Amino acid sequence: MEPLRIALAQIAPRLGDLEANLARHHELLAEARTAGAGLVVFPELGLTGYLLQDLAAEVAMRRDDRRIAALAAETKGLSAVVGFVEESPDHRIFIAAALLEDGELRHVHRKVFLPTYGLFDERRFFAAGTEVRAVDSRLGVRLGLAVCEDFWHLAVPQLLALDRAHVLVNISSSPGRDVAAMNEVGLGTATSWRTMMRTYAQLTTTFVVFCNRVGVEESITFWGGSEVIAPSGETRFSAPLHDEGLFLVDVDLGELRRERIALPLLRDERPETVLRQLERIVHERAGFPGDSSRDGRSRSAESVCRAGARRTAARRPATRTRASR
Amino acid sequence: MTRAARAVPAEPARPPATAAARSPSGEPTEELRIDTSVARRIIGEFIRGQLRQAGFERALVGLSGGIDSSLVAYLVSEAVGPERLLCLLMPYRTSDPASRADAEDVVGRLGCESLVVDISPMVDAYFADPDRAQASPVQRGNFMARTRMAVLYDHSVWWAGLVVGTGNKTETLIGYTTIYGDNASAFNPIGDLYKTQVRQMAVDIGVPERIIAKAPSADLWPGQTDEEEGGFRYAEIDRLLYWMIDKRRTDEDLVAMGFAAELVARVGRMVATSEYKRQVPPIAKIGPRTAGVDYLYPRRRPGSARR
Repeated sequence: MEPLRIALAQIAPRLGDLEANLARHHELLAEARTAGAGLVVFPELGLTGYLLQDLAAEVAMRRDDRRIAALAAETKGLSAVVGFVEESPDHRIFIAAALLEDGELRHVHRKVFLPTYGLFDERRFFAAGTEVRAVDSRLGVRLGLAVCEDFWHLAVPQLLALDRAHVLVNISSSPGRDVAAMNEVGLGTATSWRTMMRTYAQLTTTFVVFCNRVGVEESITFWGGSEVIAPSGETRFSAPLHDEGLFLVDVDLGELRRERIALPLLRDERPETVLRQLERIVHERAGFPGDSSRDGRSRSAESVCRAGARRTAARRPATRTRASR
Repeated sequence: MTRAARAVPAEPARPPATAAARSPSGEPTEELRIDTSVARRIIGEFIRGQLRQAGFERALVGLSGGIDSSLVAYLVSEAVGPERLLCLLMPYRTSDPASRADAEDVVGRLGCESLVVDISPMVDAYFADPDRAQASPVQRGNFMARTRMAVLYDHSVWWAGLVVGTGNKTETLIGYTTIYGDNASAFNPIGDLYKTQVRQMAVDIGVPERIIAKAPSADLWPGQTDEEEGGFRYAEIDRLLYWMIDKRRTDEDLVAMGFAAELVARVGRMVATSEYKRQVPPIAKIGPRTAGVDYLYPRRRPGSARR
């Protein structure tokens, strides 16, 4: 099998400067094509920069924006993942990853998990995506797109793998912090990400492609360190920390089959069990008593919630009495 | 100096002694040790990024001859080249002559531009007024720090450079700083490094040993030292602040870890009472959109650079 050449565009986007970043994307797509890449991956919000605050609405683009179309037009015979701010027709603003292929916008993943703690304030400025799904690619593999914090939630890589993804692509704007000497490569953030990516690759037996930006915005410095991890959990490539560059990595997609036959974890997944237990857990976390999975029927979370709401309504007076004591 | 002979408190096994181990307050304890090559890279990117995004090519630093401003001068030189750095030496007539000699040593080693501005006439003229004759040393010290700030910002116009801050994390957290004086800057590359981490960086980057080894001092009056005035040792207070602030330990946790209850309480008060020094002053909310409240933009965005 022909190796897949992945180009990791570890760039430093200019904050709020859509035109400059678009020009850079065009330039690097051309460069990657010349270098024979099949998949080009840009970082989260590569078209806009990260710390946008109120600028978010000013750099937002609709899916049918001519600038997205122009970028897609550069992808004949190529696949590219780009990060942008998406405005939906009802004017919600999302952090998004687009898959551009053969001149078209093929798929958009909206970031589901928006960190709003510590140095992050995403929920203030962005709406959260609600879908996690893999997508067929012209590369002959299914891709699972995720954006940065999406990977800090176990369900995302699991769902993408169960949705038959062969390659998980995480695009990030990860701020480097915790520069303690005791950390691997001297950076706590890098240690955590490296651990996660190797774990996910091994547990989902997929390739994991991570593209993280570099550069500085306000107080924070993005650390780069983009990587490609094989389904065995072995590192195929690690880009340098903090250096800007277009890094090329060849991967043997045949590894995927070999690993999945040797280690059939995906075959042995029990999504039905997971779903049943999740329904119960969702029910209980919502504060409703009882175990909805006991009756053996798989009810949708929605019907569980409706049933729960009725029960809560019936009990309300008792609750009030307790609260007033 | 007696402090140099004082034993470093007992700590768990540590790597072989380095030059920093000979410094008065010791090297950072294990949990505070940083990877200096990563920190230097991040700070270099930060300095270049701040200048580029603001549309400036040059920087200036108020160089006292102490470890903080010396380290900043080295970091700026490393990031953008010494020819783009102006060091301003701003002695007062009571300043320790050794401070000036140390500052000149740094300038000579880096090969950067430098200027000496004696602030004595300005400061003395102000306090010559009989109404101000009773001013306390703290008042005078604050006035000196703010005079230096005014001189720095005035020179930033002529030099066409940004003022680089030199306050470290320890003094910022305990509020051992003059608001709108030494804490004024366009950006600060070392404000997230504790004093002992500043030392570790200074050793790594090659700041002259004499500067690293001397007792830290604001040099606002003769014989002043930080540790004597504040009644703490940096090695201890850095570690305390790390666990209190960075690692979110409660006072009870800290005492259980072996920190003196009195110190925990006192440092906690210092941090709380200086909160205002670390924040932009509040604006009375009147209109629909208020700067810093619900008008929130990054300070650098398209069109915001000087050129």
